[in-house]
Amino acid sequence: MNLIDIQNISKRYGDHQALDNISFAIPDNSIFGLLGPNGAGKTTLIRIITQIIMSDQGEVLFNGVKLDPEHIRQIGYLPEERGLYKKMKVGEQLLYLAQLKGMEKREAVTKIKHWLKKLEISSWSNKAIEDLSKGMQQKIQFIATVVHEPSLIILDEPFSGFDPVNANLIKDEIFELREKGATVIFSTHRMESVEELCDDIALINHSKLVISGKKGDIKNQYRDNTFITEHIGDELRPLAGVEVLSVLKKGELVKTELKLDEGIGVNDLVTHITSQSTLVSLNEKIPSINDIFISTVNPSGHE
Amino acid sequence: MNKILLIIKREYISRVKKKSFLIMTVLGPILFSGLFIVPIWLATRGGDEKVIQVIDESGLFAEEFVSADNMTYVYVAEDLETAKSALAVNNVFGLLYIPEMTIEAPEGVKFYSTQNPGFGLKADLEKKIRERIENIKLINSGLNQEFLDGLKSHVAIQTVNLSDSGSESESSTGAATAVGYIGAFLIYFFIFLYGAQIMRGVIEEKTNRIIEVIIASVKPFHLMMGKIIGVGGVGLTQFLLWVALSSAIVTGITAVVSSDMTPEQIEAMQQVDQLSGMPSPQQSEAQAAIENSMGALGQINIPLVLSCFVFYFLAGYLFYGALFAAIGSAVDSDADSQQFMFPVTIPLIFSVVVLSAVINDPHGSLAFWLSLVPFTSPVIMMMRIPFDVPVWQIALSMVSMIGGFIFTTWLASRIYRVGIFMHGTKVNYKTLAKWFMMKS
Repeated sequence: MNLIDIQNISKRYGDHQALDNISFAIPDNSIFGLLGPNGAGKTTLIRIITQIIMSDQGEVLFNGVKLDPEHIRQIGYLPEERGLYKKMKVGEQLLYLAQLKGMEKREAVTKIKHWLKKLEISSWSNKAIEDLSKGMQQKIQFIATVVHEPSLIILDEPFSGFDPVNANLIKDEIFELREKGATVIFSTHRMESVEELCDDIALINHSKLVISGKKGDIKNQYRDNTFITEHIGDELRPLAGVEVLSVLKKGELVKTELKLDEGIGVNDLVTHITSQSTLVSLNEKIPSINDIFISTVNPSGHE
Repeated sequence: MNKILLIIKREYISRVKKKSFLIMTVLGPILFSGLFIVPIWLATRGGDEKVIQVIDESGLFAEEFVSADNMTYVYVAEDLETAKSALAVNNVFGLLYIPEMTIEAPEGVKFYSTQNPGFGLKADLEKKIRERIENIKLINSGLNQEFLDGLKSHVAIQTVNLSDSGSESESSTGAATAVGYIGAFLIYFFIFLYGAQIMRGVIEEKTNRIIEVIIASVKPFHLMMGKIIGVGGVGLTQFLLWVALSSAIVTGITAVVSSDMTPEQIEAMQQVDQLSGMPSPQQSEAQAAIENSMGALGQINIPLVLSCFVFYFLAGYLFYGALFAAIGSAVDSDADSQQFMFPVTIPLIFSVVVLSAVINDPHGSLAFWLSLVPFTSPVIMMMRIPFDVPVWQIALSMVSMIGGFIFTTWLASRIYRVGIFMHGTKVNYKTLAKWFMMKS
């Protein structure tokens, strides 16, 4: 079941095509990585999902239903550029934002107390936002995003400005929210957190969708039969169908990166190596999301 | 709808709770009542005592300068140089020197003083000398004093308004002017003060970057209207508090002052009251005087003035408020707003500038057209209302005002919805037009 179905979405700003016929699905109860370089169109797409702006073409389905204002209640959005009313107190501010999402006052007050306690910041409730540090303010913003228990949580660069301790705290909260059934869209440049958190990803570049699907499938797709071997002995003799990409010697130990052609299996390689030297290790080189990102976004190495 | 109410509530409460609101609420009436009390005080306290020495070498003005009010004339027989040198020492304000002269050639009159005597005193002295010379000339021509005394006439035109039904009512141009002025200026200040607050509120949300969170929950139009209405509510609250506090202060002080006043002072006060258009309840002998000025005010259709005031107050605020919101959405800081503030405030300032022309001819074509154009009508129509504007004109002006603020709100909301997300872009009128045309 998909929570969000994005179907042929296009958006123009004057001369600039911000999104060009984008289609992909966001599965229910998953953490979804929305990736892409600056200016690729991620924020535009997020703003279409949050109904801040309308698409020129295409539709977004929420739980199979065309997106409408009723869905606002079910979406929590933490924008990349985020702020709060400086003069307002923490408690008042959270209550206001929760009520704007459509929560009843009493329910909102209970939930806010719960979250303040959970993030160990209950004592801040009566402080004005301007008296808090940036990291503290981000905790408040995170609470504002999730307090109304949305089924879709959109986090745009959620870790920017967090120290490692708080970043971990938020990471744990994100996992917990997924456990409880929420779907999280996670937009970021930090590939290591995508690697760690996301189940599915979509990569947008130059307003077009480049890749989308399960993280594992995509990684598989980008496997190119490259292996890294370590053996003790001399450099490998050439073998038909094996391209040596690099060789690194460390005393007796030789580390080789090789690419196998279609016709050659791993067993053939093992036989070839063991026939002349002692094999220490053999690993397939699985591309990281970072590798995929860089090779897709910037295939020619410059732009 | 519920969300608009939430926004209005936040905008209202967060402003009313501010210290600056409290300070303005207290200071406002003090300044306001100052506007009413200072003229009364000036009128009752009667100016500074002045002593003027007169040296009359011509002998023509022996009885002309009679001490009156706080002006004391002292004829001195010293020569000019002695008197001049003694001026500062004797604590005398000035020295009027009339040399030996004939009535045919009254020249060489001089006034010596350490301070500039001002227009009033100079004109007063000139008038006294001129009248005396004219009188001498008339007597010389054979007319007797009795005839001359009978010559002086006093004319005052009583202005009467004829209504359509033919009934007559005494109109008071002075009171109407005062009422119109107060209404027009209040609207002008209100729009300026609270329009700027809307603008600052929008800029705050934009630079705070809270805007995107809010817009993910409510429509831009709702946020804009919520802010305009919320700020308007603050203005209305402050205004009502001012009226209540001001009248309390004015009533209190005038009650104290009037209990020990001479009839002349009451008369002076009555004149001031007529000017200010705001009668204050008095006691004893002051009562009658006050009733007179009430009578003048009574000729003005008070319920009409009040209801029109409330209408133009709100409609004018909504009309300009939307424009201020649009400006706020387009810029990144207060400083950038100047280029857009200018064309918006010009019609407002213009309407105040032409007020005097409108008073001169409250039913002329300038007044008529300006009271139809929504940019100027709140101020101009308020000035005209006390002068009995035909109902159809008021109705037409109101319709155009309503149409006007619907238009500016629509225009502003189209700029606002795009502008609030634009950061760091150089905005000019072309950009605004582009935003306006953009599909939602």
